[in-house]
Amino acid sequence: MLHVAVARRAFRRYSTYRAATVAGIFTNSVFGIIYSFAYLALWRQNPDAGGYDAADAVTYVWLGQALLMTVALWGGGTTDDLAERIRNGDVAIDLYRPVGLVGWYLAGDLGRALYHFLTRGLAPTVIGIVLFDISLPPSPTAALGFLLSIPLAVTVSFALRFLVASTAFWLLDATGARILSGALALFFSGMALPLVLFPGWLGTLAEALPFSAMIQVPNDIWLGRHTGLELGSALAFQAGWALALLATCGLVLRLATRKVVVQGG
Amino acid sequence: MPLIDVAGLERTFVVRRRAGFMRRSKSVVRAVQDLTFSIEAGEMVGYIGPNGAGKSTTIKMLTGILVPTSGELRVAGLEPSRQRTDLARRIGVVFGQRTTLWWDLPLRDSFELLQKIYRVPDQRFRENLDRFVELLDLGDQLDTPVRQLSLGQRMRGDITAALLHDPEILYLDEPTIGLDVVSKGRLREFLRALNAERGTTLLLTTHDLQDIEALCDRVIVIDHGTSVYDGTLAGLHAQGGSTRTLVVDLVDTGPPIDVPGAEVRKVEGPRQWLSFPADASAAPLVAAVASAYDVADLSIQEPDIEDVIRELYSHGA
Ligand SMILES: Nc1ncnc2c1ncn2[C@@H]1O[C@H](COP(=O)(O)OP(=O)(O)OP(=O)(O)O)[C@@H](O)[C@H]1O
Ligand SMILES: [Mg+2]
Repeated sequence: MLHVAVARRAFRRYSTYRAATVAGIFTNSVFGIIYSFAYLALWRQNPDAGGYDAADAVTYVWLGQALLMTVALWGGGTTDDLAERIRNGDVAIDLYRPVGLVGWYLAGDLGRALYHFLTRGLAPTVIGIVLFDISLPPSPTAALGFLLSIPLAVTVSFALRFLVASTAFWLLDATGARILSGALALFFSGMALPLVLFPGWLGTLAEALPFSAMIQVPNDIWLGRHTGLELGSALAFQAGWALALLATCGLVLRLATRKVVVQGG
Repeated sequence: MPLIDVAGLERTFVVRRRAGFMRRSKSVVRAVQDLTFSIEAGEMVGYIGPNGAGKSTTIKMLTGILVPTSGELRVAGLEPSRQRTDLARRIGVVFGQRTTLWWDLPLRDSFELLQKIYRVPDQRFRENLDRFVELLDLGDQLDTPVRQLSLGQRMRGDITAALLHDPEILYLDEPTIGLDVVSKGRLREFLRALNAERGTTLLLTTHDLQDIEALCDRVIVIDHGTSVYDGTLAGLHAQGGSTRTLVVDLVDTGPPIDVPGAEVRKVEGPRQWLSFPADASAAPLVAAVASAYDVADLSIQEPDIEDVIRELYSHGA
């Protein structure tokens, strides 16, 4: 009940940033177009790279653009507020309340994600369909699986961002950790390049890391590359990481409040 | 058992500093040390001390967001840092410099979110809200986003926010900072009524001694992390060895007045200032002066609590 209210409020708050939404959609579309042409050139050279055909590759590009802000891969979610509140000491106010900090910020982030999904997720997808004729999910199961995988992708992303923000308890500023995790997320989520193109052990590693749950896994579900039992295990992979990372968030928070200090008098 | 029980409380901070290239020096700041006091339910206690004395650090430990380095600490029978969430339902906290309200939400929405956080039953929530909105005169601001409120309005909003769940204890850390005289007065009146009607225990940190004089029967003075005085406000005067002042207007300019039990501090034309011990009666002194000199007017100045406390701080240092 409380968490629904928190999510609804976050949805409303982000929906007031209209200009940012429009600018974001424009940027996503420009990058979508550029990447599409680059991928088309790449796949003309190598028509079956990573087991994707050219249509899959272009679809992958536009889904990536749609998910980028939905999962807030590089920040821009409620974890940004958290980092700032740790830095200036306002996190004390959050801690005075009889509500878990992780659940509170997660609820807000899911509300935000829903808004970004409906705007910065849908718009590039439609543009991709119109301009590049990207493929739709091959079956209702794939479509449903994709929809289920989004909140899981957001939760994994949230938990990683929460951990990054928590470094501010020790370092006072989370910028360093954010840059590092941003680079990791760019490569290992499949945002820069589909993980199926990573060679050998690097590919195996990349697909096992939590980052892949944010982009690669939902994209593959949409493309129909996980069916039947495999679809279940793809979702379980996301859910497993989500739970493990959320548990880690709780642990780190406990450590932070025991060992570390809330700033400011 | 007292509501708040503190014994031998200590909190140190390790501060790391750059000491030249790639070198860091460590030093330990004792923010609170050997602090002992207890507060009974229903008391209104002023917690005062100079900047950096350890007041906010104490409040952070009392609310459980900071773990003591050592010592005993019990609030409402709970151990704050271990049972922070349970305790949170029973206390309210107000900061002068921070807000519990959400900048982008109208006051009313902030209150409704807090109702959900503290699971306040609808009926009770409405009663409390109506009461506080009336007493604090917030009716016109309920639909205004917090970022558009003035400091005084926001402060009143924050106090309402801290009280919606009927806390047994209210911690106030510099609640009157930046408020004008009228707002301060109204706030003090409200807090007094709250304590009288509901028996809410108040622990008040402030640099405005008028807050203390208006509200608190008891003061704890802390300096360098430890309590240097704990008792009544009146007792504080005695502790500081303070004096009252008899101001005498003579008919004519004359030499300094010479009477037993008083000392002339200042002479300005026909007006003279005599100081005498705060606990001595003024009557015999007035009689002695009046019988020996031609007096046009007399008045007595009570000791200034700020002077007393300043004295206390400088002794503690
Ligand atoms: N996070 C921290 N790290 C290091 N030292 C700290 C920290 N927080 C407080 N201190 C130190 O502890 C001492 C007590 O600080 P505290 O904030 O409790 O003072 P205060 O009595 O509230 O002062 P003020 O009246 O200025 O608000 C100060 O010397 C302060 O520098
Ligand atoms: Mg302070």
